[in-house]
Amino acid sequence: MVAYLVVTRSPGWPRVQTTFFSLEFGRESFLPILRGLWVNVQVLLIGGVCVVVLGLGLAVLRTLRGPAFAPLRILATAYVDLFRGMPLIITLYLVGFGLPALRLQGIPTSPFVLGTVAIVLTYSAYVAEVFRAGIESVHPSQRAAARSLGLTHRQMMRIVVLPQAVRNVTPALLNDFVALQKDVGLISVLGAVDAVRAAQILVGQSFNFTPYVVAGLLFVLLAVPSARIADAVSARARRRQQSGSTL
Amino acid sequence: MSAVLEVRGVVKAFGENVVLRGVDLAVDEHRVVALIGGSGSGKSTLLRCASLLEVVDDGQVLLDGEDITDPRVDADAVRRRLGVVFQAYNLFPHLTVLDNVTLAPVRVHGRSRSEAREEALALLERIGLADKSGEYPDRLSGGQQQRVAIVRALAVRPRVLLLDEITSALDPELVGEVLRLVREVAEQGMTIVMATHEMGFAKQVADTVCFLDQGVVLESGPPAQVLGDPVEPRTRQFLSRIIDAGRL
Repeated sequence: MVAYLVVTRSPGWPRVQTTFFSLEFGRESFLPILRGLWVNVQVLLIGGVCVVVLGLGLAVLRTLRGPAFAPLRILATAYVDLFRGMPLIITLYLVGFGLPALRLQGIPTSPFVLGTVAIVLTYSAYVAEVFRAGIESVHPSQRAAARSLGLTHRQMMRIVVLPQAVRNVTPALLNDFVALQKDVGLISVLGAVDAVRAAQILVGQSFNFTPYVVAGLLFVLLAVPSARIADAVSARARRRQQSGSTL
Repeated sequence: MSAVLEVRGVVKAFGENVVLRGVDLAVDEHRVVALIGGSGSGKSTLLRCASLLEVVDDGQVLLDGEDITDPRVDADAVRRRLGVVFQAYNLFPHLTVLDNVTLAPVRVHGRSRSEAREEALALLERIGLADKSGEYPDRLSGGQQQRVAIVRALAVRPRVLLLDEITSALDPELVGEVLRLVREVAEQGMTIVMATHEMGFAKQVADTVCFLDQGVVLESGPPAQVLGDPVEPRTRQFLSRIIDAGRL
């Protein structure tokens, strides 16, 4: 309320209102931006699936035991360190501009594909750590029970450890999904005409910033359902933990 | 008669801590061997070595005459022939009771789902838990969970059943139902090695009692002798403490 009064009574407000909150520009920009958002949703869905698969694979490699697997463990660790430490925007530039510059055959040049690759590289490193925490949260006695039944290491991971691990970290994963939802907007730096890029083009034509606000609000609307699902899943996990605390 | 399970001079250390210092043990078919001893005496470690959940530092474990501690042996194939029940049940919480029991028969032994299911339900029926077959383990009492864990181990038709202090985590009033099941299984001829603190039960059911102390089998023999008239002073000392605690 106070903030609203302060903002609307500020000397620059009428000017800001027309350049950022123009209904007319908002209506005009809505459809192009929505079309752009469809690109973001595609990146989100395709990238999301790749992130889960790659992240899970990295996590399994990082939790392998025994000296024979040391090279795999070290490689996976190096990957995670690299892409978790590298700012996403730099990864985007390197993949988006560096890869096509090699002019190798078979390397895609579409900013859509390259942007998705860069996002998958970064997010799979984060998600690998979430999965790893999940795998390590499964009590060693579960492994002992699985092995004592004669299950191989692979069967033990697939049937006993991973289902429990994934269940334990689902709230954290959904949280990362919400973060991914807005970071898919960064592929616009490579020139893919997504919602952000569409807004940028419209702003460039009119010098009115309302399209950015429209794009921002659309991203928020996209994130709200996932955020609520994440809340619900966390609440359910909490309840289950409490009811299970007597075990 | 050759032993089903034989332990020869097994040594196992965790870092500096030497838990087993050359254990010898032979278990004949259809026999029940009870391992007794204070905590830290090596009972659980011995069972974990015998079930290949730990790698022995020295010595051998033989299953039906085959050296299973040989590094060239396929450990998964050996574990298939053993049944293990743990102190904390270790049922898989994300699987139903029925799926817990049928998991190994189907996935490891390649039995058909329907056959495994039928057999599992028959076993659960026997322990009066057939109506719980669709439940998840956390809906069961500790005693029920442990009985399911025993059934899970039996479902693979093991050569030997290894029981690792299976009543230690149970409320006293639930111990009876679990021991009753073990007795039944023993009477049907299963070969059993059990680490236990239940001296009364060992006395009634075991054919041999082994007293472990500081990583060796200090004394072994029929329960009446080991528990009633032990030779070794350390066994006497241990038993007198048990009697003081009212557990024998």
